[in-house]
Amino acid sequence: MSIAEAAARANAAIEAILADLAKAGQGVVVDSPPGAGKSTLVVRAAAELADGGERCMIVGQTNEQVDDLIDRLASEHPDLAVGRLSAGTYTPTPRVARHAGVTVRSSIADLIDHPVVVATAAKWAMLTGPDARWPWAIIDEAYQMRSDSLLRVARLFDRALFVGDPGQLDPFSTVETERWLGLSWDPMSSAVAVLLTNNPDIPVHTLPVSWRLPASAAPAVSAAFYPFTGFTSATGEEDRRMGWNTRAFAPTGVDRALQTAADTGWALYELGHRHALPTDAEAVRACAELAARLLERGAVTESERSPDPLPVTPERIAIGVAHRAQAAAVNRALRELGVRDVVADTANRLQGREFDVTIMLHPLSGRRDATAFHLEAGRLCVLASRHRHACVVVARAGIPELLDAHPSVEPVHLGVPVKFPDGWAAHQSFLAHVSRHRVSAA
Amino acid sequence: MTLLTALARVAAAETGRAQPTKTRRHLHLSARPLVLIPLQLAGEACAPLAVMAGEDRAKPLQLTVYEPRDRARRFEFAAGLAETVLGYIDGYAGADPADGEPYPDAPQLLVPNAGAAAFTRMLGRSTRFRQVTGEYAVPAAVPLLGRWLSYFGERTEVTGSALLTPLTAALADHWATGQSAMEDANLAALLGWIDPPDGMTGLEAARAAEDPVRCPPAGPVTDPSFDNEVLDHLVRVVRNATAAGDEVALARAQAAMDAALRSQLEPTWELMWRAVDLLRALPEAASVPERWKSDRWSFTNQVGWLREGGAPQPRRDGAVAAARRLARLEREQQRLAVQRAYDDPLVMAEYRLTGEAFAGTVTAADPARLDTSGKRTTLRPVIVVETADEVVLEPGAILRSPDRPAQDARVMTVTVTERRTEVTLELKGGMGRAKVAPPGSMPEPGDEVTFTTLRDDFQPAAAFPEREDTPWTHGGPPQEYVPTDDDAREDWS
Repeated sequence: MSIAEAAARANAAIEAILADLAKAGQGVVVDSPPGAGKSTLVVRAAAELADGGERCMIVGQTNEQVDDLIDRLASEHPDLAVGRLSAGTYTPTPRVARHAGVTVRSSIADLIDHPVVVATAAKWAMLTGPDARWPWAIIDEAYQMRSDSLLRVARLFDRALFVGDPGQLDPFSTVETERWLGLSWDPMSSAVAVLLTNNPDIPVHTLPVSWRLPASAAPAVSAAFYPFTGFTSATGEEDRRMGWNTRAFAPTGVDRALQTAADTGWALYELGHRHALPTDAEAVRACAELAARLLERGAVTESERSPDPLPVTPERIAIGVAHRAQAAAVNRALRELGVRDVVADTANRLQGREFDVTIMLHPLSGRRDATAFHLEAGRLCVLASRHRHACVVVARAGIPELLDAHPSVEPVHLGVPVKFPDGWAAHQSFLAHVSRHRVSAA
Repeated sequence: MTLLTALARVAAAETGRAQPTKTRRHLHLSARPLVLIPLQLAGEACAPLAVMAGEDRAKPLQLTVYEPRDRARRFEFAAGLAETVLGYIDGYAGADPADGEPYPDAPQLLVPNAGAAAFTRMLGRSTRFRQVTGEYAVPAAVPLLGRWLSYFGERTEVTGSALLTPLTAALADHWATGQSAMEDANLAALLGWIDPPDGMTGLEAARAAEDPVRCPPAGPVTDPSFDNEVLDHLVRVVRNATAAGDEVALARAQAAMDAALRSQLEPTWELMWRAVDLLRALPEAASVPERWKSDRWSFTNQVGWLREGGAPQPRRDGAVAAARRLARLEREQQRLAVQRAYDDPLVMAEYRLTGEAFAGTVTAADPARLDTSGKRTTLRPVIVVETADEVVLEPGAILRSPDRPAQDARVMTVTVTERRTEVTLELKGGMGRAKVAPPGSMPEPGDEVTFTTLRDDFQPAAAFPEREDTPWTHGGPPQEYVPTDDDAREDWS
């Protein structure tokens, strides 16, 4: 498939969604795999509604997401009056402040005549008064929104477009209770799950191609995490390449892993088997060294975005981990190696972001047991689907044995839809794929 | 498991004795708690077999269901239990409290483990909907007991509540043992590690506790060998005596069953009170009275609700009620985490390890520094803290010190030198209106201080729609809840 064909397919999907939206149902749900042009859809839908003279509210989940969306919206439609409803303490980020068409206010009264108003779910929930009502809402990252959060904003709109990635991490709560399991309005489940259980007639669309994931990654990610709603990559094998400005002198394990990743899009950098604390010093060090070496050797990428090779800069590299303590440890290791600006963070915080290269500390590396947290398919999916060029997985040997010893034991509850893929199966499938690109550290 | 707990567990395994992981007791302990040890019949969801209950260590009350498979006997048992439990509760709900104040004290039920707490709740669920008139009528105390047990059961979901406390959880929270978390759910083994008998290590004591003859399980399920070899026979004898109408034989059979079950309950009864003693010996943490006050309020409201003839708790929460409850639970959870860290240096140490807190010595202070950048000149004293902790905080972060919770400290600079870190902090609030911060209102050079990003600020309660305004996304407004006889029927029964 050429890029033009991919664009045509994506466009046809968006047209179908917009056509469904125009039919006056109560809502439309759009499942978007990683990098499938979710923002493009949101921007187009908002512009189309504004064109038709309809007022529209957009609900984001974090300030970061809201700012990104406003930047996209205002860049593509400079003449559209966009309101940014925010807390009094919010200072507009440069990417919001640079647009003349964007008005930032903390009171909805100042924005009520703007055709498009964007805010976080938390801010929308604080609106009161009968005139605060919109014919349309676009709910962005709806799979990351919790049902109780939707409950607080649902009275503000008549109809809604829900957009999100079903493969990513489910919303979570720090409270552990089984009290509401199986209820169609379980406040702990995602906004989309609750919406669809209560309104089974709402149409669900899927975006078909990923613009982010390269041809090396899309089939593996699709098979492991989206078994029933597969997608393909928009780009072909030849469209993306990764290379180096320098040669490695007496290549080490790190060099071989990076070379494998550059050649095939994947590498499994395997450390010796042992049980370790979550902040496994050796594995943390390996993650930081991979990033440092990548920068040292001057990685360059070729892609459809630019005719000339572009250098991989530190902020285009991410190190993804499962726990916050691990992120802190990786950041410390990066500082010790003198590397700055590489993004090291947890899967939860990397959701929705895009990088050229990601380095992933495997959630099961060095563990004695595989808990539901570490087996969660969404967590692994986020970590494995942030990259445009290559992904290096850092793991201790022994994960297949660990998986075999810990089959899924999550209880099945009445009335709770069984989630596919199951984390254990997704882990097996993903591991089977990356094992083909194994490089031993020793 | 945090790094400190992992370390404490290793130390416990090595020394053969449980290691304290808290320096304070983060739990309210009543002066006269009601200890409750329920036993259930194996294989049934909620068939009570026996209970040992009481406020007096020397005088446990035992109730037995001689025919546990007969449902009518269950409600007779519930009526008997109601006498003890409701009598105990009434002792706290005497004279009406002063306006705007809760009852001065509240009841506290202590059960051995999470299983017993779940059973308590289940028993509440199976009795709260019972009718006192008509077919299968039960004594009036039974549905009332059901409402109370359901209330206590639901209250355990609120972190930091002490109204119904499983003691294994309370002990495991304060000590780390050299065994797994699952093994810690065994009261006898846990106490073996914490307080082994003379001449034994914790491991030996815990191993001895695994013998069900010496240490019968704390329930609610009984030892399977006891079920097969003792209980089964005794129930059969009771049944035969009842069928034969032989009063004397029945009385003898019942006495035998009482004695057999007492042998299962009594060891746990002793352990329960030993656990209470161990917990009592710990000094109470500073914020425990505040949390107990929340419990007292909750109890006061529940008494008021029942006195007004309140309906039993519905089987399921509606969409709005569920969301409201979750918001409240999350808020309590967060508050508890902050309070525990502020109260206890060992809890704070875990945050110091993850970089969310640091402790050190004040090396310099300027109590008269003014901030002239704004429209008005304001007093913003500055202190410099030297610490050996690793500081991962960025300038601009707002910190708190447990010693002065009303004062914000903003990180200005972080300077890392050889093995020490210097943090410069700008202070705001809690210093009055003077031109210079009055002595004592801010840290002085030489003071040992702790600062953390953990804060427990007032948050306005989240706004939810009214029940009748439940939006279409959540199924629309629910039907009015009217308690019916069907509520008592379980989906599986």
